[in-house]
Amino acid sequence: MNALFDFAPEISTASYIVASLLFIMSLAGLSKHETSRGGVIYGMSGMVLALTATGLLTVSNGWGEPSAQLGLVFLLVGLVIGASIGLWRAKVVEMTGMPELIAILHSFVGLAAVFIGWNGALYDTGTPEALKGVHHAEIFIGVFIGAVTFTGSIVAYLKLSAKISSKPLMLPGKNFLNVGALVGFVALTVWYVITPELSLLIAVTVLALALGWHLVASIGGGDMPVVVSMLNSYSGWAAAAAGFLLSNDLLIVTGALVGSSGAYLSYIMCKAMNRSFISVIAGGFGIEAPSAKDEELGEYREVDAATVAELLKNATSVIITPGYGMAVAQAQYPVAELASRLRDKGVDVRFGIHPVAGRLPGHMNVLLAEAKVPYDIVDEMDEINDDFASTSVVLVIGANDTVNPAATEDPGSPIAGMPVLKVWEAENVIVFKRSMASGYAGVQNPLFFRENAAMLFGDAKERVEDILKAL
Amino acid sequence: MKLIGVVKEQAGENRVAATPATVKAIIALGYEVLVEAGAGAESSFPDSAYAEAGAKIAGKADTWKADLVLKVNAPSNEEIAELADNATIVSLMTPSLRPELLESLATRGITALALDAVPRISRAQSMDVLSSMANIAGYRAVIEAAHEFGRFFTGQVTAAGKVPPAKVLVAGAGVAGLAAIGAASSLGAIVRATDPRPEVADQVKSIGGEYLPVEVEEKMQSSDGYAKATSEAYDKRAAEIYSEQASDVDIIITTALIPGRPAPKLITASDVASMKSGSVIVDMAAAQGGNVEGSVAGQKVVTSNGVTILGYTDLPGRLPAQASQLFGTNLVNLLKLLTPNKDGNLVIDFEDIVQRSVTVVQNGSITWPPPPVQVSAAPAQAKPVVAAAKVEKKMSAKLRGGLIALGTALLFLICAFAPAPLPQHFLVLTLSVVVGFYVIGKVHHALHTPLMSVTNAISGIVIVGALLQLTTPNLAVQVLAGVAVLLVSINIFGGFAVTRRMLKMFSKGGK
Repeated sequence: MNALFDFAPEISTASYIVASLLFIMSLAGLSKHETSRGGVIYGMSGMVLALTATGLLTVSNGWGEPSAQLGLVFLLVGLVIGASIGLWRAKVVEMTGMPELIAILHSFVGLAAVFIGWNGALYDTGTPEALKGVHHAEIFIGVFIGAVTFTGSIVAYLKLSAKISSKPLMLPGKNFLNVGALVGFVALTVWYVITPELSLLIAVTVLALALGWHLVASIGGGDMPVVVSMLNSYSGWAAAAAGFLLSNDLLIVTGALVGSSGAYLSYIMCKAMNRSFISVIAGGFGIEAPSAKDEELGEYREVDAATVAELLKNATSVIITPGYGMAVAQAQYPVAELASRLRDKGVDVRFGIHPVAGRLPGHMNVLLAEAKVPYDIVDEMDEINDDFASTSVVLVIGANDTVNPAATEDPGSPIAGMPVLKVWEAENVIVFKRSMASGYAGVQNPLFFRENAAMLFGDAKERVEDILKAL
Repeated sequence: MKLIGVVKEQAGENRVAATPATVKAIIALGYEVLVEAGAGAESSFPDSAYAEAGAKIAGKADTWKADLVLKVNAPSNEEIAELADNATIVSLMTPSLRPELLESLATRGITALALDAVPRISRAQSMDVLSSMANIAGYRAVIEAAHEFGRFFTGQVTAAGKVPPAKVLVAGAGVAGLAAIGAASSLGAIVRATDPRPEVADQVKSIGGEYLPVEVEEKMQSSDGYAKATSEAYDKRAAEIYSEQASDVDIIITTALIPGRPAPKLITASDVASMKSGSVIVDMAAAQGGNVEGSVAGQKVVTSNGVTILGYTDLPGRLPAQASQLFGTNLVNLLKLLTPNKDGNLVIDFEDIVQRSVTVVQNGSITWPPPPVQVSAAPAQAKPVVAAAKVEKKMSAKLRGGLIALGTALLFLICAFAPAPLPQHFLVLTLSVVVGFYVIGKVHHALHTPLMSVTNAISGIVIVGALLQLTTPNLAVQVLAGVAVLLVSINIFGGFAVTRRMLKMFSKGGK
C-alpha cells in the first residue's frame, strides 16, 4: 500500500496523459453515428482513470493525517450523493427537457470552479514568491469565468424551463453594463495582484455573478442554442483556468478541449443565423433592424387535417421541417408515427433540420431519435435544401423563422441573409401553427401567404394525431 | 340572421352558385339558406344533397325573395323584378360592358356585388371567380379541340408506323392560357404560347409550353395584373408570328382578353385559310367579340378549307360539378369577408379595396367603376443595403486580421515574460484548443446534443482540482471542495449517463 502511495504522483501524471488522450478520442468518436457510442466509452474510461489516479494521490497525501481523513469522508459522501443525483436525473429526463438539463449541469461546473478558485485564495499550498502575482491573477480569472458560467447557466435553465420569461431583458445601456463589468474585472484583478484582500475576491465574485445573470437574461429564447453552447464553452474555460491555478495539465487540456468545442458549436449556430457571435451575446434580436415594410401580405388559407391526410396520401415525397413548436407540443411521437406510416405507403419521407431549430444544438435530432425516427432520413439544411423544389408536400411543424422566405428575398428584413429551409419551393406547404403570431424574431412570415401554403391551426400534437386518424 | 337564396340558372347554364359543400360553409357563417328546387340538377347535385347539408328547398318565387340572392350569371330584367326590396344580389355581371344592367339594378334600389369585379390582388385570390373559371375553361378548350381534332395529340411510334405529335398554339398565357398549355402538353402535344407580357415566359415553360416572344423595342408594364392593349409595331410583329404559326400548327386556342374592351383580333381570315384541313381553333374570347375572324359566339363553324372554329362561351359550364364547386367556394370566401362576425349579417366596408371593388350598385346608386387598384408592386430596391453589407464584411475581415495579430503578439509577450510554469501551460492550452477545433470540426449535426452533454461531463474534470484541495488542513476549504465534488459528480455521472441514453435512441433505417 505504502509503495503505491510513494508512486502516486508518477502514477497520476501518467494517468493524466492517458486520460487527456482518451478525452480527445472521445470527442473524435462523437463526430459520427457509428463511432459515437465508442466515444462515450472513451470519455468514461478517461474520467475513471483520472478520478482513480487523483483519488490515489489524495489518499496518499492525506493518509494518517486527521484533517485529511475528513476530506476523504467528504470525497466519498460527495461522490455518492452526486453520482446518485446525476444518474437519477439522466434516467428520468425527458428529451424535450435536454436543454434545461444541460444548462443546469453547466452551472455546476461553474460553481465548482468558483469554489476551487476561492479555495486557492483561502489556503495557499506554498506558491513561490515570484509566482504570487500570477497565482492571484489565476484565482481571479478562475472565479470570474466560473461565476459567469454559474449564473448564466442558471438563467438559461430558468428561461428554458419557462420558469422565467424567455423575453430578452432590456436594461438601458446594457452593452455599457457588460463592458463596464469587464473593465471592473480587470481593475479588480490588478488591485488584487498588488494587495490580495478577501473583500476584493468577494467583490469580483459578485461582479461576475451579476454579469453572468445579465448576459444571459438579455438574450431571448430563440438564441438559446448559441447561449447553451457558449456556456458549454465557458464551463470548459473555467476548468482550464482551474488547471492554471493548480498547475494541472489534465485540467488545462480538458478545459481547452471543451472550451474550443463549445466555441466552435456557437460559431456554427451563429453562422446558421447569419449573425456575429458578439451580436448574439450582446442580446436583443433585430432591435436596430430596419422595420419591415408594412406591405400587403395577402390572405392565408386554412386547411383541415383530413385534407392534409389526403394530400399526404397522394404525395410522392414529403419533407417534414420541425421547429421548437414540435418540442413544446411534444409532437415528436405522432410525427414519427406519421413518417413511418407514410413510408410504409411508399411515400419518400425525410426530415429537414435547420441548425438552430429548437433550443439546443441538435435538439430536433435528439427528439426524433427518441421517437425512433431512423437518423438516415433526418437531413441537415444543406443536404436537403436543393430537394424542396421536387417535393410534393412539406410539413412545417412549429417552425417559423427558419422557413421564412423573407430571409432570402427581402433585404430589408431583420433576418435577411440568414440561411433558411426553402420550403416554399415545394408544391404544397402545410404550416402547423397555434395562431398567426410572428416567430421569435418578431418578423412576419410571407410563407403563410404564399399560394402553395396552407395553415393548419392548433396544437401540433393533436393535429398530427388527427391526420393519423384520417390516413 | 339573413336568408340566402340560391336560385336556378336559366336554361343553357349548367352551373349553380352553391353546392351542398359550400352551403354548409355558408350556414357556418350564420346564414339560413334556401335553394330553389332543381337548382343543382345540371351540376349533378340533387335537392336531397342540399337538404342534407342544411338548406331548405323552396320554389322559385320564395328563393328570389331572399335577402341575399346568389347566382352565377347576371340576372335578367324579369329576374331583377322578382327581387325583394333592399335585397342584395351576387353574381357575374361584367359591369364594364353592361351599363344597362347596372341601370336596371339601380332602379330597384338594391345592392349588387359583381363577382367578376374582384381586384387581382393576392389577398383576393380566393374569391377570384374569373381565375377559377378561366382555369376550367382552358382545360375544357383543349378537350373540345381534341374532340373535334381527328388525330392523336401525342406522338407515337408503333408497329404500324409513326404518328407525329399535334402542335398547339395558345394565344395569351393568362390563367386560361396556362391551363390550356398544361392540359395540351400533358396530352402529349407540342405546345407554343404567345403573350405580350414577357415575364410569363417562365410560367409557360414550367408547365410544358414553349414561349414565342414578340421581339420589338417595347415592353408591357402590367400594373393591375391584366394584359393591356399593345402598340402598332408590336401588333405587326405579332401578326407575323400568328401567320407563321397558323400554317404550321394543328390547333389554335385563343384566350386574349382586355378588360373592358372588345377582344383583340389575333387570327385573321387569311391565317385561318392557311391552316391545314382538319385543324381546330378554339376561340375562348368569342363572347367578347372573338380573337378569330369568323368565329361565332356559342357556335361551331367549319370553314371551306376544313378548319373547325369553336366559339363556345360556356366552357366552364361544360364541367358543371367542379365549376360550381369552385365558383361556390369563391362565393363563400367573399361571404366570409363580408360577414366578419359570422353572425349572418352582411357588412360592406368601403374602406376595404376588395369590398369596394365588387360592389357595383349600393342601395340603388351605381358605384362602378371603383377607384383603380395598383397591385404589381415594383420590386423593392435592395441594392444599397447589399452594398453596405459588403463594406461591413470587408471591414470585419480587416478587423479579424488585426485581432489575430494582436492575439498572437499578446501570447508571444505572455510566454516571453511569464515566469516558469506559465509558458508550458500556455503551450498545452493552445495545442489543446487547436486539437479541440479539429476534432469537433467534423461532427455530424445530429450529434450536437450528445456532443454537448459529453463535453459537459468531461468538463466535470474540475473535480480533480477539488479532490486535490480536499486534504488541505483548512476546514472551510475542505467543505467548499466537498461541495464542489458533489456538484461536479452530478455533472460527470449525469452527463455520461444521459449521453449514453441519447445515443441508444439513434438508430439507422429499417427497423
